[in-house]
Amino acid sequence: MIEKRVATAAEALADVKNGSTVLVGGFGQIGHPMALIDGLIEQGAKDLVVVCNNAGVGRSGLPRLMYLGRVRKIVCSYPRTAAVFSELYAAGKLELEIVPQGTLVERIRAAGAGIGGFFTRTGAGTLLAGGKETREIDGLPYVFEKPLKGDVALVEAWEADRWGNLTYRGSGANFNPVMATGAVVTIAQAQRVVELGDIAPERVTTPSIFVNRVVAVPYEYPYPAIEY
Amino acid sequence: MRAAAERMVGPELENRRAIAASVARDIPEGWHVNLGIGIPTLVSDLVPEGREVLIQSENGILGMGPAPDDENADPWLINAGKQTVTLLKGASLFDHATSFAMIRGGHIDLCVLGALEVAENGDLANWSTSANDTAPAVGGAMDLATGAKRIWVAMDHTTKQGKSKLVSACAYPLTAAGVVKRVYTNLGVIEVTARGFELRDTAPGVTFENVQAHTDARLYRFGVAD
Repeated sequence: MIEKRVATAAEALADVKNGSTVLVGGFGQIGHPMALIDGLIEQGAKDLVVVCNNAGVGRSGLPRLMYLGRVRKIVCSYPRTAAVFSELYAAGKLELEIVPQGTLVERIRAAGAGIGGFFTRTGAGTLLAGGKETREIDGLPYVFEKPLKGDVALVEAWEADRWGNLTYRGSGANFNPVMATGAVVTIAQAQRVVELGDIAPERVTTPSIFVNRVVAVPYEYPYPAIEY
Repeated sequence: MRAAAERMVGPELENRRAIAASVARDIPEGWHVNLGIGIPTLVSDLVPEGREVLIQSENGILGMGPAPDDENADPWLINAGKQTVTLLKGASLFDHATSFAMIRGGHIDLCVLGALEVAENGDLANWSTSANDTAPAVGGAMDLATGAKRIWVAMDHTTKQGKSKLVSACAYPLTAAGVVKRVYTNLGVIEVTARGFELRDTAPGVTFENVQAHTDARLYRFGVAD
């Protein structure tokens, strides 16, 4: 019997190694796997490279992981959401790779789909094209971007079953379905864990093949509800 | 982050709503539109009654409706500014890869963005104030500026210090080169054409000379030869 459900975040995260690249889903706090991040804080892995659209909010979650000195580098499109990030970055204690949002998701998609990189017009002629290969295609400038693969992806789903099929709620899909494809090990926290077959096949957004572990984390509302 | 424009009250908010209303009036039925943070966010509530315009949000929404009242807010449904929103009948939800295929693939008819500077050749600077920014953040601005079919900018004509945001050449790092087609400010509406800034319309009580005095580049009268 295939059983991807694990009892706790601690069990799901036990083998995360120092120096891992960790893809973290969510846009703002929606679809953002707070329980898994808390679990990573407890687990103790350090020297991490965190890939997430934002740098978290307030002092818990990613800001706490950064504050504890466990993050070496953050790869982000819009990190200016947490004061902790700005302080550590200004103090030279955190590396930052700033990536346009569409390029960020496409780099992860490329990693998950076995694509060795792609040319995009986004960023051409800007500071973010610095040091990258450029090419003119049909008269327009393009920048070459490489795939971005995670050792671990932490995603948040609305429903999950024991095979690892996932659904999302509202705007909670965002980076999650792509990140689920882009890492060696994908761990999902799900608000509702349901029986096999309870999710109609047409509603499965992330097929089970992309998911390795499922942790049930029922909670009432996204945390913090709407803080910033 | 609550959009700065929405925290404002009194004349400043009214001023910004007037700019946003002017943008909203010019959006034809059927367009797919992405709205940036700040004044552009105000546009969605000001589209004339009965006109069907589909507002896209980069985090995976097509067909956003008006802001909810507190009671009916769904905390799982937010826009790019992280504010709760509603959906129109016919709306769809999707992941970031699909969202940025819409944006980067040229499917978005219009993106309305705020700006730090717009140059007379259409260059846009709206993400960073220096090459040594203390905390740079680009979000989806470069994808939108490059990928949407057309870019309009909605912004105050000058900075709080009175410096023109319409310039002959951008001093700040570019978001994208040569993309801005039109600029809406508190002073008027400016088309960006092959010869530079052309003033198409002015706010009530504002003259061509007023706008030129606050513009750090040559201003032309729209459609009028030198």
